[in-house]
Amino acid sequence: MSAVLDHHDAHGHDHHDDHHAPKGWRRWVFATNHKDIGTLYLLFAFAMLMIGGVLALLIRAELFQPGLQLVNPQLFNQLTTMHGLIMVFGAIMPAFVGFANWMIPLQIGASDMAFARMNNFSFWLMIPAGLMLVASFFMPGGAPAAGWTLYAPLTLQMGPSMDAGIFAMHILGASSIMGSINIIVTILNMRAPGMTLMKMPMFCWTWLITAYLLIAVMPVLAGAITMTLTDRHFGTSFFNPAGGGDPVMYQHIFWFFGHPEVYIMILPAFGIISQIVPAFSRKKLFGYASMVYATGSIAILSFVVWAHHMFTTGMPVTGQLFFMYSTMLIAVPTGVKIFNWIATMWKGSMTFETPMLWAVGFIFVFTVGGFTGLILSMAPIDIQMQDTYYVVAHFHYVLVAGSLFALFAGVYYWGPKWTGVMYSEFRGKFHFWGSLITFNITFFPMHFLGLAGMPRRYADYPMQFADFNAIASVGAFGFGLMQVYFFLFVVVPMMRGQGEKASQKPWEAAEGLEWEVPSPAPFHTFENPPKLDATATKVIG
Amino acid sequence: MKQAAEPVRQGALALKAAAGSLVASAGAWVSTAAYAVNDLPGGPAVNQLNFHPPVTKIAEEQHWLHWFMMIICAVIFVIVFGVMFYSIVKHRKSVGHKAQELPEPIWVELGWTIVPLLIVIGMALPATKVLVAQKDTTNSDVTIKATGMQWKWGYDYIKGEGEGIALVSTLDATHRELSNNPTGAKPDDYLLKVDHPMVVPVGKKIRIITTANDVIHAWMVPAFGVKQDAIPGFVRDTWFRAEKTGDFYGQCAELCGKEHAYMPIHVKVVTAEEYTAWVEGKKKEMAAAVDDPSKVWTLADLVKRGESVYAANCVACHQANGKGAGSIKPIDGAAVVLDADKSKLISVLLNGQNNGAMPAWKQLNDTELAAVMTFAKNNWSNKTEQLIQPAEVQAARK
Amino acid sequence: MSANAHGATPYYFVPGPSRHPVMASIGLFFVILGAGQWINGAQWGAYSVAFGLAWWGIVLYQWFRDAVSESEGGLYGHKIDLSFRWSMSWFIFSEVMFFGAFFTALWWARVHSVPALGGIENALLWPDFKAVWPSVQAGATASPAGIVEPFQTMGPFWLPTINTALLLTSGVTLTIAHHALQAGNRGKTIAFMWMTVVLGIVFLFVQGYEYAHAYADLNLKLSSGIFGSTFFMLTGFHGFHVFVGMLMLLFITLRLQKGHFTKDRHFGFEGAAWYWHFVDVVWLGLYILVYWM
Ligand code: HEA
Ligand code: HEA
Ligand code: CUA
Ligand SMILES: [Cu+2]
Repeated sequence: MSAVLDHHDAHGHDHHDDHHAPKGWRRWVFATNHKDIGTLYLLFAFAMLMIGGVLALLIRAELFQPGLQLVNPQLFNQLTTMHGLIMVFGAIMPAFVGFANWMIPLQIGASDMAFARMNNFSFWLMIPAGLMLVASFFMPGGAPAAGWTLYAPLTLQMGPSMDAGIFAMHILGASSIMGSINIIVTILNMRAPGMTLMKMPMFCWTWLITAYLLIAVMPVLAGAITMTLTDRHFGTSFFNPAGGGDPVMYQHIFWFFGHPEVYIMILPAFGIISQIVPAFSRKKLFGYASMVYATGSIAILSFVVWAHHMFTTGMPVTGQLFFMYSTMLIAVPTGVKIFNWIATMWKGSMTFETPMLWAVGFIFVFTVGGFTGLILSMAPIDIQMQDTYYVVAHFHYVLVAGSLFALFAGVYYWGPKWTGVMYSEFRGKFHFWGSLITFNITFFPMHFLGLAGMPRRYADYPMQFADFNAIASVGAFGFGLMQVYFFLFVVVPMMRGQGEKASQKPWEAAEGLEWEVPSPAPFHTFENPPKLDATATKVIG
Repeated sequence: MKQAAEPVRQGALALKAAAGSLVASAGAWVSTAAYAVNDLPGGPAVNQLNFHPPVTKIAEEQHWLHWFMMIICAVIFVIVFGVMFYSIVKHRKSVGHKAQELPEPIWVELGWTIVPLLIVIGMALPATKVLVAQKDTTNSDVTIKATGMQWKWGYDYIKGEGEGIALVSTLDATHRELSNNPTGAKPDDYLLKVDHPMVVPVGKKIRIITTANDVIHAWMVPAFGVKQDAIPGFVRDTWFRAEKTGDFYGQCAELCGKEHAYMPIHVKVVTAEEYTAWVEGKKKEMAAAVDDPSKVWTLADLVKRGESVYAANCVACHQANGKGAGSIKPIDGAAVVLDADKSKLISVLLNGQNNGAMPAWKQLNDTELAAVMTFAKNNWSNKTEQLIQPAEVQAARK
Repeated sequence: MSANAHGATPYYFVPGPSRHPVMASIGLFFVILGAGQWINGAQWGAYSVAFGLAWWGIVLYQWFRDAVSESEGGLYGHKIDLSFRWSMSWFIFSEVMFFGAFFTALWWARVHSVPALGGIENALLWPDFKAVWPSVQAGATASPAGIVEPFQTMGPFWLPTINTALLLTSGVTLTIAHHALQAGNRGKTIAFMWMTVVLGIVFLFVQGYEYAHAYADLNLKLSSGIFGSTFFMLTGFHGFHVFVGMLMLLFITLRLQKGHFTKDRHFGFEGAAWYWHFVDVVWLGLYILVYWM
């Protein structure tokens, strides 16, 4: 049943002379190996998740009760802003790039990423940028406090850290663009002979499309913040009405980036789920082709919906209608994905190891977030909900229960391949259930707060909102503790190689070339492309 | 639409009651028993689960739309996850189910593309109707310009009964103080009480024109179903027709800097007669209060006047002790305040400083500015005995 | 380096560990650190930028030197060549999107924000503002708040038209060079490449002169309201891209002189040429939208 006819390359191969992994710090700092770079990305992302998470906990601690207990309002805004920026650009995006680095070459039978040195450059660019972002708290006037959306003209009032932040985002953007070009080229040019695009694993498909989104919108963000920079320092008037500019123009340009950006954070997650659900249902993915088309449609639609973030800016009614309709349309291809996953499970022979639990949890909770998104997309009700905690609830359902849960699913699914050891099933399940429950305790009450009109980015709030805020804060600390547990009792043991040894293919029904190489995956794989069985269709996930 | 709404609402009420009791018991253990708090009529209710009780047609329609969406989504949710959990229970390996590949007929895929498409279209239709009504700001009875400022709202009645009235609405200073007190008991209208509410007549179409002086703010009153960004340099508009008298509250809904959480909106809806009386009174009051910028003040009087201006405008950032906090510069002992060249200080107040971190205060009148500067020059350890007369400020304006 | 143990071109060459990426990002760290400080008035920022750029330049030089020697050493097979083609195309696409942001700003200002500011609604705020584009024509006021001094716009004649001619000519000379390379006529290739590079440099000088003229004679500045902002940012970023493209062509020319590239394998040349044509096309957009309309 194996898709690979010729195994000569995966195991012992001919020239061993220069194939030993370099040793010591040089291995990591000078890395050109996609697996090592993938690991670096994942570790960086996890560290940023911790930092962003601690900021979130400071926010939640402040909001535990009405009144200011811990921070002053200015610092509160800094926390909110940096939490958003660090989570989006530091944690979620790099984590998916880490997955891409590890898995894409393995899944398509390539020896490495197309441009190995540029790959490392993409990673190392993130370090100065991350440092600048985190260090901005210690600059005069503190970190930027204009929200992660960096709306003008509030950004014009920020201190010097705003400029540091802008330059950091430029660098991160450059890193993303190089990383995406690398991924596109790898996928288009380095698939093993016989692996047509329509036989490619879903994860690769979703990343291919994501990479296109990235190269299309990161430059636009760069443009927007460059205009902010020149407005701040060089006398331009892009966003200054006194000189003929328009603050709302910033929002249009930002959200032209920002909306595709949120799909950048969810499409690879869809890819991971599309690998896991078939593996644990012991079936092939239902409706592979329609999954590809759905992903493509989501990506294309994502370019024409941006102003649903701006319903209250006061655009003409025709504009509101257009953006309302186009946004609602996205429910259709997203629905196709959900239905395909469920059809894959239907009449399967399911088991519920940890990756599958996360995947099912993802489908369930992400859909809640999708529905609240749909409710927000209705312009007349968004007028009530815009900039309230309802929005905060919506996007944490899709970002935490969506992106982050899928990342956890992927770590459990591919972790054995990365490290060569199995995680403890009990711990994995404990992590899952604990996170699922505390996640909902944290973010579900925020829907009510939003409906009742509690605005977001508030350091203090009326008394009537006190109880739900207290519940959310308790939940947040619980959720945080679950991630500490994950780090100490799942990640650390796996990195140390403690645990049962993983077989080459720990999951009975998993499909794909990554399972044709030993666990842990050797330093070099597929130096000569594997020969695929032309009749095998099961290569695809 | 109204007919359809009734059963929907019935169901909604039952749902709400169930959810309410669940939440109440869950909330009991972390409840804020320390503060006995009550619902605020026209503002949020304790542990409120849905939109505010609607006071305008539009808000009512929004309510309806929300329930409409909730119910459709709930039905889809139950069906989709009913299928999923059925499968999870029945088609698992541990109950001995063997995997069966399914055929993939095209109609399945088409079906679950087309049906959601139809559902979405069905959702869009009523939404379109409400949206169009919401945007129609023509034929208003009273037009009020709401100007967002860091961090207060200015209201100028520019058309209709009350034309010419102008007022500035700021959070009650004691509430801002309370906020700094981490544990103190807090009133029901905590953070929602203002010094001068906006007053409008019941049953009249009120058009609100929003704009801003510094950064973007947003004017929102949930009970009216209204939220409109206030954008510097541009005007936008929205409208409401309140069907009940009473006090209605909202808050600034666009991040506008440090005191974003402290610029509430309070609209007092009164009967036509009360409104007329209010307009009369306000006009008289304004006529009396008009400051004559050519009046020459004594130091003591001006400092006294300045103290109240300081309390209303400056204390939030610079603190009562004039020492500032964090990145906010102190006034106490500041060179520009002590400087004998008054024009420097005047320019700071008129034009702002540090990219607007210190905002421009030109919306205050000459007397107020002169008073607050004189106060700053002669308070705390600043004992300059210098006096800035309103006329000097007037001359410094462009 | 690795992988070429048997002397043949590997299936897909993967370079071994390299210090260039990390060194390059250290250089950029000093650039952004310094830039953020410099524009806020800290003098040391300028030194940090200069240091970072120099560092970065040296690293890039070494990096490209390695890549060139790998290429000339025959390590880059057909697949790698294809990778370069894909990557250059999509890189240019991302550049198009970058310019898109600024063209959008121009479009928004002309079609939306300036007319809206002068519209009947906004008369409440700017009663005296009359919106006409460009905001200096008869009857117009240069900016809503009167913060912009009167200025004149830069018409298409003659400097921008000369520049158009220069760039279009450079596109032709570049194509001639390419044909010559394909025909194996290295001398002709090099000659026409030098012409292309020189045309690029002349373009930059003319643009520099144009800017000086704008500042000195027309009072058209970066701070001339939204007109000045869009004018200088669009033409300025374009000029910067001309500079980068010119450097690319220059290095390709130097490599040609060293005997690099063959008549049927010269992607380095083609990549630079694509970039140059892209810069050309952007200019045509500018010439029409900024100078003519
Ligand atoms: C991973 C990130 C992610 C994802 C996937 C989404 C998905 C969606 N989002 Fe969300 N969104 C954000 C991240 C995300 N969003 C963020 C970060 C913000 C706030 C930014 C800020 O202001 O800071 C935001 C804000 C936001 C707003 C603006 C709110 C406001 O500020 O007023 C809106 C409004 O339309 C919206 C809509 C949607 C919609 C319609 C979807 C759809 O894609 C959802 C589609 C999914 C489903 C509908 C569920 C599954 C479908 C079925 C089961 C099929 C059957 C269903 C039907 C036929 C109804 N989002
Ligand atoms: C992209 C992903 C992402 C993720 C993963 C999260 C994760 C979390 N976010 Fe998110 N959030 C955003 C993206 C994200 N957020 C964005 C874009 C905004 C908008 C910003 C803006 O308005 O500009 C926002 C805003 C936002 C707000 C609104 C702030 C405001 O409006 O003022 C809140 C409030 O509760 C919040 C809470 C949380 C919490 C509790 C988590 C938790 O899931 C975090 C859990 C993780 C940890 C806690 C880390 C692990 C633990 C440790 C390192 C040890 C310490 C822990 C203990 C001792 C318990 N976030
Ligand atoms: Cu004003 Cu927020
Ligand atoms: Cu969006």
